[in-house]
Amino acid sequence: MSIEAKLLSANFDRIIPDSLEDYKRFGGYNGLKKAMNMRPEQIIEEIKLSKLMGRGGAAYPTGIKWEQAHEVKKFPKYVVCNADEGEPGTLKDKYVMDKDPYKLIEGMTIAAYLLGAREGYIYVRGEYKKSQEILRGAIKNAVNANYLGENILGSDFSFDLEVISGAGAYVCGENSALVESSEGRAGRPRMKPPFIKISGFRGMPTLLNNVETFASVPVIMDIGGEEYASYGTDYSGGTKLITLSGNVVNKGVFEVPFGITLREIIYELGEGIANGRKLKMIQMGGSSGACFSEELLDTPLCYKTAKAKGLSLGSGAILVIDDSNCVVDFAKCITEFFLHESCGKCTPCREGNRQLAKILDKFAKGKASKKDYVSIDRISNAMTNGSFCGLGQTAATALTTSLKFFKEEFDAHIYGRCLTDCCSMSEGEE
Amino acid sequence: MNMINIVIDNKRLTVPEGTTILEAAEKVGIKIPTLCNHTDQTVKANCRICLVEVKGSKKLSAACATPVWEGAEIVTSSKSARDARKTVLELILADHAQDCLNCIRNGSCELQKLSMEFVICEPSFDNIAKELPIDDSNPSIVRNPSKCIRCGRCLEVCHDVQSIGTISTAHRSDEYVISTAFNMPLDQSACVYCGQCSLVCPVGAIYEKNDVDRVWESIDNPNMHVIVQTAPAVRVSLGEEFGMEPGSIVTGKMVAALRRLGFDRVFDTDFTADLTVIEEGYELIGRLRNGGKLPMITSCSPGWINFIEKFYPDQLEHLSSCKSPQQMFGALAKTYYAQRAGINPKDIFVVSIMPCTAKKYESTRSQMYSSGYRDVDAVLTTRELSRMLKLAGVDFRNIEPEEFDAPLGISTGAGVIFGASGGVMEAALRTVYEVLTEKELDKIDFESVRGLEGIKEATVYINDMPVKVAVANGLKNARLIAERIKRGKCDYTFIEIMCCPGGCIGGGGQPHTTTNKAREKRIGATYTEDKGMKLRKSHENPAIKELYKEFLHEPNGHLSHKLLHTTYRHRKHIK
Amino acid sequence: MREITSQQKVREVVEKYGGVCEKLVQILLELQEISGQNFISKEVALTVAEEMGLPLSKVYDVITFYSMFSVEPKGRHIIEVCKSAPCHVNRPQSVVNMFESALGIRMGETTPDKTFTLQHSSCFGACDISPAIKIGDEIYGNLTEDKVLEIINSYREGYRNVNRS
Ligand SMILES: Cc1cc2nc3c(=O)[nH]c(=O)nc-3n(C[C@H](O)[C@H](O)[C@H](O)COP(=O)(O)O)c2cc1C
Ligand code: SF4
Ligand code: SF4
Ligand code: SF4
Ligand code: SF4
Ligand code: FES
Ligand code: FES
Repeated sequence: MSIEAKLLSANFDRIIPDSLEDYKRFGGYNGLKKAMNMRPEQIIEEIKLSKLMGRGGAAYPTGIKWEQAHEVKKFPKYVVCNADEGEPGTLKDKYVMDKDPYKLIEGMTIAAYLLGAREGYIYVRGEYKKSQEILRGAIKNAVNANYLGENILGSDFSFDLEVISGAGAYVCGENSALVESSEGRAGRPRMKPPFIKISGFRGMPTLLNNVETFASVPVIMDIGGEEYASYGTDYSGGTKLITLSGNVVNKGVFEVPFGITLREIIYELGEGIANGRKLKMIQMGGSSGACFSEELLDTPLCYKTAKAKGLSLGSGAILVIDDSNCVVDFAKCITEFFLHESCGKCTPCREGNRQLAKILDKFAKGKASKKDYVSIDRISNAMTNGSFCGLGQTAATALTTSLKFFKEEFDAHIYGRCLTDCCSMSEGEE
Repeated sequence: MNMINIVIDNKRLTVPEGTTILEAAEKVGIKIPTLCNHTDQTVKANCRICLVEVKGSKKLSAACATPVWEGAEIVTSSKSARDARKTVLELILADHAQDCLNCIRNGSCELQKLSMEFVICEPSFDNIAKELPIDDSNPSIVRNPSKCIRCGRCLEVCHDVQSIGTISTAHRSDEYVISTAFNMPLDQSACVYCGQCSLVCPVGAIYEKNDVDRVWESIDNPNMHVIVQTAPAVRVSLGEEFGMEPGSIVTGKMVAALRRLGFDRVFDTDFTADLTVIEEGYELIGRLRNGGKLPMITSCSPGWINFIEKFYPDQLEHLSSCKSPQQMFGALAKTYYAQRAGINPKDIFVVSIMPCTAKKYESTRSQMYSSGYRDVDAVLTTRELSRMLKLAGVDFRNIEPEEFDAPLGISTGAGVIFGASGGVMEAALRTVYEVLTEKELDKIDFESVRGLEGIKEATVYINDMPVKVAVANGLKNARLIAERIKRGKCDYTFIEIMCCPGGCIGGGGQPHTTTNKAREKRIGATYTEDKGMKLRKSHENPAIKELYKEFLHEPNGHLSHKLLHTTYRHRKHIK
Repeated sequence: MREITSQQKVREVVEKYGGVCEKLVQILLELQEISGQNFISKEVALTVAEEMGLPLSKVYDVITFYSMFSVEPKGRHIIEVCKSAPCHVNRPQSVVNMFESALGIRMGETTPDKTFTLQHSSCFGACDISPAIKIGDEIYGNLTEDKVLEIINSYREGYRNVNRS
């Protein structure tokens, strides 16, 4: 038996990715055809019924987002896909683009049809050049087959889709930074308000969704919102692509129904901890997510339950860390990532990450003192509550949560001991 | 307008939609600390020093950037807001070269002031400031990136007000800086030395090149005859350095204070402003009569000269060949005045007090040695002068006013208004009209060319001929004019262009109290000063008449060309 | 095209994208690719700025903001070793060591023959084969010393006709 549920990923490894024929053979474009025979309110209703929530990390209900986008009366509107996938430990969007690109294209086409958008853009991170090529090929085929371009399927609905490449910046996954970058500038987040749903790409109303979000829409249109929702929990409808990484035997991307537990994911899909070691810590949601210990393993995958436990599913990344790793060393790695990726614009994030990295370096070298806990607390509070954008607001999450679960390991470093020998505990090389 | 009900610091308040928390707080008498915020600029919200708590949310809001909403309950100094603000300030300080006692902004620094208000006694975080090289490649502007708090005010001015864009944000993370492209020195960049960036910088990261020491040295030298000229725009701004209201007229106090410092003669650039009107007026008349290049554009703003030389070098022919009043003064000081006073020009040291940083550069140009010596030896900005006065312990507010020295201190209202955008145009019209019509103007106030508006236009009828003129201030507007000329869509006869917003009263060397509101007050004061003058037309200035009679002989004559006119260069620009 | 990009070539690329500012990132990506040395020179940036009517400082801002751009010349092939958390817990230092000794350079350096630059990178979505490396568009994981040598050689000799998978 498998705990997987293949809706979105049904075509993975079963079709030739850029073959439109293959795609159609397995029901491709049924969703668009259905949608084009529905009234806008019906499309929105169907998505609301599906309980689909944004798969990019913020989990905003997609039905409501689309309804708002539909209600804005300013044209032209743009449909933009966030394929920046920069959250470490996440590669599910790449799987969708590489293995079933038409799902994404169809989903975006349905959105465009709903909004009356004429142009759409897929912002793909620069590192995914191959995915960009696959998408470009698929777009071309779709245009030739009249699923994109002028008068789609003989209707008066026309929609063009283009791929934009990023150039290496995690922050460009933040929606206003993504828009800045799409317009050719450095991807530093914009002032809000105005929000991009009103003033986004080229200053016009913009609907922005994650790859997985868009790609789920054809499925929902095809099987119906209620049916889709029934796969998941009462609160979190349908399925989720998760990326399992770190010290498990079987790493990779899996589609699972909401409601299964982390334990099932790690020990059944992941086949347990690799190299005969023991589980120490889990980080969920990518580098911006919380770290926790084994005691929360029976938490079911659900946005609401997770929140109640102070966790967040984020992008669906599940990073498993075994007992050969040091929590301080890990937190330092995460902090250095955010320091490197901070756009630098606002004080708490730019300076806070610098100071945190410096403090963690002191821990790793056995030079920290109890006073440093006060600094960590002050800085992480300022970052979390006072940063300009989501990057700075979540950058300290891993540190503060791991401090909650593994305080004694930090303490040991103050007394000059790294329990795993990961840290040098000396001034010399790291 | 929609009205919104909020509670802020326990007080109920109704404010118009769109009001920010910062503005709402002001209404209940609370000044929330700010740093990146500037009244004349867009909201940036990047420093995060203005964080406040809105009940019901753990996340804090940036007061400068958050519009209030119906029912919002704001606590501006809750514990969480206070803690976060203090942390933010300490984070900034930890990345700052904190040597206030050796800093040009000691006492006028917004960061220093906040540190005082927050009572920062003991640093909580390790100082990790990197020492970055200082750029003092040019005679006008110094950049010290180690002091930069990355508020972004300077680049907004440079891009959006001046349309130069030579500095920008660059890099990210802890390397995030405000920098020129490829970190090149300003003198290799497109910078026009306008100094507008130095006006808005809250800290000591961009400032005027300090020439105070050279001036003290010359004063200390008993063999030097040190004379000083004061630009029209300084008399309406200098008082602000001593806590006086913007728009205070301090002409007489300034003269007295300069004498106390030890200058041998205190003269007035207004004198050569009057002279500029005559020379430029006759040049215009000449172009009109002989089919010369039109529109003719004024040339007394060195920032504007830098701009046209770097960005529109093929339009140089439109420029009047007149030097700026500062340089005319220098050339005359070491010829006409030297002769009259019987002093060897090599023993004369000419200092100018200017609202401007570009004038520092101007005085070093190779064309500005027409007396056989460097015509103007040192240029001090209003800010530098105030530092000299403070060092010398001058009690500026209480000092008894005195009069300028003759003859280079005698001027008219036309010279005074050079300081405000539209002033050169108005002064020129007062003279050109009367010369060409040989009739007296019945109304000498040309109100349509006054004020802060970017581009102003007027049509004047001279001998029943319509003459279209335009006035632009701020280089963004200058660029619009230059683009019109480029497209052949510019039918003006005469254009006044000033590099700085509002003209020299808003110059890059003015006090840090400069805002558009202060600019308006200074403009008002300028026209008040003009109104109070006995003579208000340049051609009526008796000292100018004497100058022509005894020395120059005729406007645009041989000697004028040698001393008072100049040439321009194509300068390859890097954008 | 391997040599430093000529002005003419820069103009062609700018033209291809219609010269619109919105395409600046795309233009720079293409120019960097044809530079042969994975960088944007000052001259290229200047031509781009002039052709597109942008202040040079803005072009510089874009180049220095994104980690894929460089203003310094680099090797023809950039070997990127991921150092984000999911790879980190699988000890990427051993991979770094293998490459350092095989290439005779340290992390962050370029080989004297300008063929390879070894550098760190944030996660590029290969966490399923961590610790992972990336060379150009290719991704490699589960590395051994032999495999590292094999990979390096495949880029050295007539790197077009070698099967890299
Ligand atoms: C720093 C930062 C990085 C982000 N990166 C991504 C990303 O790589 N992909 C993504 O889809 N969303 C990312 N997001 C979330 C997006 O801002 C946005 O919420 C999402 O794309 C909306 O789509 P959804 O509603 O379909 O999830 C990021 C947010 C932040 C603050
Ligand atoms: S939190 Fe601030 S510095 Fe960090 S990425 Fe966002 S805007 Fe940039
Ligand atoms: S810039 Fe301000 S805080 Fe910094 S050293 Fe100067 S006076 Fe002090
Ligand atoms: S002096 Fe003027 S042109 Fe130069 S950087 Fe400052 S604002 Fe820009
Ligand atoms: S130089 Fe001054 S104005 Fe410019 S960003 Fe730095 S602190 Fe702000
Ligand atoms: S003053 Fe509000 S964020 Fe800087
Ligand atoms: S963490 Fe290394 S590729 Fe994702």
